[in-house]
Amino acid sequence: MPTREIAGKTVQVNEEGFLTNPNEWTREIAVELAKEEGVPELTPAHWKVIEYARQAAKNGGKSPTLRQISVGAGVSTKDLFTLFPKGPAKKVARIAGLGKPEGCV
Amino acid sequence: MKRIVILGAGTAGTIVANKLAKELDLNHEWKITVVDESEEHYYQPGFLFIPFGIYSRADVVRPRRDYLPRQVEFILSEIDVIEPDQNRVKLKQDGRVLPYDFLVIATGSRLAPDQTPGLLEHGWRRNIFDFYSVDGACALARHLRHWQGGRLVVNVVDMPIKCPVAPLEFLFLADWYFHERGIRDRVELVYATPLPGAFTKPRASQLLGSLLEEKNIRVVPEFLIMEVDPDANKIRAYDETEVEYDLLVTVPLNIGDPVIARSGMGDELNYVPTDKHTLKATHYDNIFVLGDATNLPSSKAGSVAHFQGDVFIENFLRYVDGLPLLESFDGHANCYIESGFGKGFLIDFNYDVEPLPGKFPLPGIGPFSLLQESRVNHWGKMLFRWMYWNLLLKGKPLPITAQMQMAGKWS
Repeated sequence: MPTREIAGKTVQVNEEGFLTNPNEWTREIAVELAKEEGVPELTPAHWKVIEYARQAAKNGGKSPTLRQISVGAGVSTKDLFTLFPKGPAKKVARIAGLGKPEGCV
Repeated sequence: MKRIVILGAGTAGTIVANKLAKELDLNHEWKITVVDESEEHYYQPGFLFIPFGIYSRADVVRPRRDYLPRQVEFILSEIDVIEPDQNRVKLKQDGRVLPYDFLVIATGSRLAPDQTPGLLEHGWRRNIFDFYSVDGACALARHLRHWQGGRLVVNVVDMPIKCPVAPLEFLFLADWYFHERGIRDRVELVYATPLPGAFTKPRASQLLGSLLEEKNIRVVPEFLIMEVDPDANKIRAYDETEVEYDLLVTVPLNIGDPVIARSGMGDELNYVPTDKHTLKATHYDNIFVLGDATNLPSSKAGSVAHFQGDVFIENFLRYVDGLPLLESFDGHANCYIESGFGKGFLIDFNYDVEPLPGKFPLPGIGPFSLLQESRVNHWGKMLFRWMYWNLLLKGKPLPITAQMQMAGKWS
């Protein structure tokens, strides 16, 4: 498994740069990953979504879908697209240190 | 007498009722009551074949009662509310109240086309169809019979959905169907999916990734539908991407049964939080959840309900004897994937192991091939309907283990 250093910490990542162990995630890592995803600054609105996503993944065992984030975090899908432009489900998952949203094949 | 109430007589509820009836003494110790709001049991994997004239309605519908054991009570009623703190369920019919010692929730998953603006307007069942309901599949069959071609768009509104491979199978069968009708050159096939691609798991992507290109199916990834514009015949995503269609085949949002929300027992999508290895409801010690009604990260598929049934019965018998629950459910799923032209794939996986190539169920022998196209796989899928009605629903043993096996797989 490849590793990389983000925000001064060495973490395990997959080929697409998603953390493979959510426990290695820190808020500092989120800030760096957000920059890579084209989100220069994480505001409280971003954090609300990220924290919800981490909690949902802990409870449900996989990255939440947009519908789930929207209902669960109380943020409209339109706003999610504003906060994390172009593909919020994937971006939120990567920034929150979770696996890429995926199907069964 | 102790009472078990089973909510839902679909795949999971019916299997569990049959298995419990076999194991428990229903004359002296236990009483089992099954509740469902409709009389018809659907063989849901068969819906896929209806639009292409391979199956008809009669092939996929049977009376629920015929598949439930004689000794269980079957009540035809909508469920009003579950009151888990009172250990009782209230029914809509005559305000009946069912107290229980143990409750099995198998209320499944529903289609919610009303959650996508524009879907249910004047385009619905005119040039917009679904194939996840028997009515939708039959209406689409009538439409396709005379359709002269154009752009057919399959759109998945959001995950999770029942039978996650069915949209791909629909496209593969459509490719074959229009070939047979001699109009494939006049049909453009498009797959607009909220996922990053048609295949997302490494081995499946590697082995099946070229399939869509070979069949000339265009994929629009990360397409999260905001609305349908039935006047302009377009679907519009939240990022303003638009896809025009002549014929839209939608897989509407899937959510858990409304009774789960009414009872305050669900998550954001009305699914019941469930322990992923024991199937006990996270917040209640005398409630188990099986089939599509759970929030588990396993697939919403009949095979999963079947394997859960095996795990549940073993665990339940321990549990009522005061023994701790075994963490034995591994998320096992086993699905045929129709690929058109009389061929198919088979995939076998669980929570931790992605679909891998190999032979199944006998290692090295088969007769089925995992992650490889074969005619035998297709015949497996076609024979499965008989197995479903005659063996699986009745809880009879099948030569497949509840837990996924690594033997026979090449990693």
